[in-house]
Amino acid sequence: MAQFEPTLLARIHKPDSPALASYRADGGYEALKKALGMAPVDVINEVKNSGLRGRGGAGFPCGLKWTFLPKDHPGPIYLAVNADESEPATFNNRILMEKDPHQLLEGIAIACHAIKSNSAYIYVRYEYGRSYRAMQAAIDECYANGILGKSVLGSDFSLDIRLHRGAAAYICGEETGLIESLEGKRAWPRIKPPFPAIEGLFRKPTIVNNVETLCCVKQILQRGGDWFKSMGVPPDPNNPRDAGSYGPKLYCISGHVNNPCCVELPMGITARQLIEEHGGGVWKGRQAKAVVPGGISMGFMSASELDTPLDFNGPGKVGCLGLGTAAVTVIDDQTSMVDVLFNCARFFAHESCGQCTPCREGTAWMHKILNRVRAGHGELRDLDLLVEVASSMGIIPGTTICGLSDGAAWPIKNAIKKFRSEFEDYIKSGRKSVDPIPAGAH
Amino acid sequence: MATVYVNNEPVTIGDSERLNCIQAAARLNEEIPHYCWHPQLSVVASCRMCLVEVGDKKPDGTIAMQPKLVPGCQTPVKDGTVIITNSPKVKDAQKATLEYLLLNHPLDCPVCDQAGECGLQDYSYGYGRGYSRLQEPKNIKPDKDYIGDQITLFTDRCIMCTRCVRFTREISGTAEMQVTSRGTHEEIDIFPGIPCNNKLAGNVVDICPVGALCSKDFLYQQRVWFLQNTKSVCPGCSTGCSITVDQNKDVVHRLKPRVNPQAQGHFMCDEGRFGWKYIHSDKRLQMPELRQKGTLASRDWDVILPAVRKALDDRVSSQPHAVAAIISPWATVEEAYLLCSYLKKMSEHVSLAIGPTRTVGEDDHYPKDVRGNADGNPKFTIRAEKAPNRAGVERVLQHFQGDVVPYADVLSAIQSGAIDTVYLVGGDPEATWNDSDLAAFKSLKLLIVQDLLASPLTQAAQIVLAGTSFAEKDGTFVNHSGLAQAVRRSIHGPDDARPDGRILWDLAERRGLFNANNLRKEIGQTIPSLAALSCGDLGEFGVSTAAQPEPVAAT
Repeated sequence: MAQFEPTLLARIHKPDSPALASYRADGGYEALKKALGMAPVDVINEVKNSGLRGRGGAGFPCGLKWTFLPKDHPGPIYLAVNADESEPATFNNRILMEKDPHQLLEGIAIACHAIKSNSAYIYVRYEYGRSYRAMQAAIDECYANGILGKSVLGSDFSLDIRLHRGAAAYICGEETGLIESLEGKRAWPRIKPPFPAIEGLFRKPTIVNNVETLCCVKQILQRGGDWFKSMGVPPDPNNPRDAGSYGPKLYCISGHVNNPCCVELPMGITARQLIEEHGGGVWKGRQAKAVVPGGISMGFMSASELDTPLDFNGPGKVGCLGLGTAAVTVIDDQTSMVDVLFNCARFFAHESCGQCTPCREGTAWMHKILNRVRAGHGELRDLDLLVEVASSMGIIPGTTICGLSDGAAWPIKNAIKKFRSEFEDYIKSGRKSVDPIPAGAH
Repeated sequence: MATVYVNNEPVTIGDSERLNCIQAAARLNEEIPHYCWHPQLSVVASCRMCLVEVGDKKPDGTIAMQPKLVPGCQTPVKDGTVIITNSPKVKDAQKATLEYLLLNHPLDCPVCDQAGECGLQDYSYGYGRGYSRLQEPKNIKPDKDYIGDQITLFTDRCIMCTRCVRFTREISGTAEMQVTSRGTHEEIDIFPGIPCNNKLAGNVVDICPVGALCSKDFLYQQRVWFLQNTKSVCPGCSTGCSITVDQNKDVVHRLKPRVNPQAQGHFMCDEGRFGWKYIHSDKRLQMPELRQKGTLASRDWDVILPAVRKALDDRVSSQPHAVAAIISPWATVEEAYLLCSYLKKMSEHVSLAIGPTRTVGEDDHYPKDVRGNADGNPKFTIRAEKAPNRAGVERVLQHFQGDVVPYADVLSAIQSGAIDTVYLVGGDPEATWNDSDLAAFKSLKLLIVQDLLASPLTQAAQIVLAGTSFAEKDGTFVNHSGLAQAVRRSIHGPDDARPDGRILWDLAERRGLFNANNLRKEIGQTIPSLAALSCGDLGEFGVSTAAQPEPVAAT
């Protein structure tokens, strides 16, 4: 492959990248102009043909999601932008919002035109104060320059974008939790059906898209669906449910590497390439023991699985839950997996919304068990108990409403399966872990 | 007609019925355990106790099962739905859910009011693992005795089904209760300084499937397995809520609402729920009394009843137009019938009047919005008319007399001297008599009062007959919509007080013993507007005396 040119992140290093003038100088809002000249259904088809899949974690085909809206609905139809980027070690949306907010706004405008929505909400997580301010400044600029409001770019299409700042809860990243939160309620995910495309925000049809997805939409309209499809990994012919992993993707690299960063690369790069070529290798000359492929809820890849391509299919083949947010976290060989797992269980116990019994009690129980193991009171049967608890929760067995619980259970199952001997040695030795607990925990 | 298969047993469901798996299975007496689902509340599917396997039976007979467990409460059934409630997968999920629910539950059943009627106990026994694998300390949450004047919360017993929260949001509309915190630290609470004191608040105790929300009134009074339950009717207003009276050793301890789709639905109001205390009041009339030489003195029934008969005979035979009976709308249909038929047999000219119907404010509809206004579609109504049986008494009076003499008319007749003899059947525990009324009654030649509480009126009477409360007698109440329901005796009254029906039965010198079922048959055959009573036993849900009785559907 020729030298890859970043597109989503092309502008972030410019000194005044968030400004409208600078964005327009780089050809900004031309894609929107082009989209407004097309019929909404053609925009949807363009996105559909590009093979764009949602970047938020689940990887649902974006164009297909848009077609789930009821036909000829009298409206209003809403677009909710999921900028509640709470998955640990994920920070690509933040860069997109802080450094290039107009790219996102253009993507939102194109999407709203496609789904015939005149109203979009951006749900920014509480912790992203800088993103919030950058987005607000950009929205104000757009209103002042006729890009948003009654007449978008002089057309008869009107669009209002409202910014909403969350109150710091992981569950608000779940699409129906986000909708409930936007409505001013407790962010307890809704039971489905009805899906948001039928009955979502304010009981109206609603599309929830991730920030990066919408930025991709802008690039697709600018460069064409074929350009997007020229990158990435085609579908696995042996897997009829695989829709392929096309396009560029923002990979976040963090943890025990020399150079934590966010890079844009075509789908399908391996974790080893990411660590070696972009992350500057594992720090202090150590080896990687485990790598989280895409946010902690996806589980762990062991050192022998580092050559797995990080596309929508790859991590699943080595027992991970999926690609997730493509936030790669490296754990070096001197870190105890017990501590890693404890930290992760603590996160999910803290963030479980508490609606469904298995998740509410299960996440807290796993946290308590791992706490006891770390205090030197573990027993070997605790490992089986952890796996049993983890297996009984989530939408995969059907025992919870949303996927938070699957994300909480997966690293437990994964770590104990892949690193069982380490856990057993830890328990048998009667070791105790020393605090401080790893950084970044709540 | 749709056919649903529950554990391979077919059950037929009507076209217009929209049932979920729990309700469909209940048709076959298959229990799908559940906590958060309640037929009157919205579905949240969060407790995850009702997980079942479902599938579709295709026309060709093949069955396609869904790979995942689904919550039965959230899954509607349609033609060909297959529900499996007892597979190993379902049982494992039930065990797991119960283990989770009990992780932080204090297991303080020995001191818990709910023990004996507790969803956690029942389901643990039926579906649980029998032991917990938790080795760590349980969460400890503070008890909250400030939830309401009548409600206390044992926070750590709560299983977060959120029924109470949904009740206050969807049925009372007052929305006092909420969930605070997150995850395993979640608690039910009120908004600071706004206790849950709405008029339906007591229901949250009933719908709480565990011992978290407890009634302060009933707290630590009785172990529930000592209570005997009698199906009866609340005498608090003309809604006529179906209730159970829970008593032990002739002491009533609580009233609970009983599901009756024809009457009030699932709930009852706090006025009725806590309004029974007069049953054990020390103002209860203990014995019949006869005025001799100006003072009332207790007399045996064997002395009193002939005296009443003789006095009435004397008055009716001399001046029948001056004799009136005032029957309170708290009296049962049977009592009204017995007295009316007795007096009308003596003379056609005796007038029959209905007693005062206490009305308080206006009908109170729920749910209410934030401003306290009811929305257009009430789910529960507390009626302004506090008498339980005005409709029933009126129908009896209409049959015997053609029309009903209003209380005001009979009172002015007394004041004018046109009536000088009154047989008054009371029963209103909160009756108040103003001075001019009392003066009128005092001016009578003969006043016979049959009531349960001592009052200025009984003080004015020549003969006082000690009657009983709704919990101590059998009879029939007809509510505002014409639904006739059976009041059933739960406890014995004071030793020498007698059920009103029995007093009147004996007064009329009828043969045999007073029996409400038999008398109802007689009334049904005699009074066309109460023909529905001819079935005798009114059953659990009562029968409608309206033109077209509606079929009763059990839920």
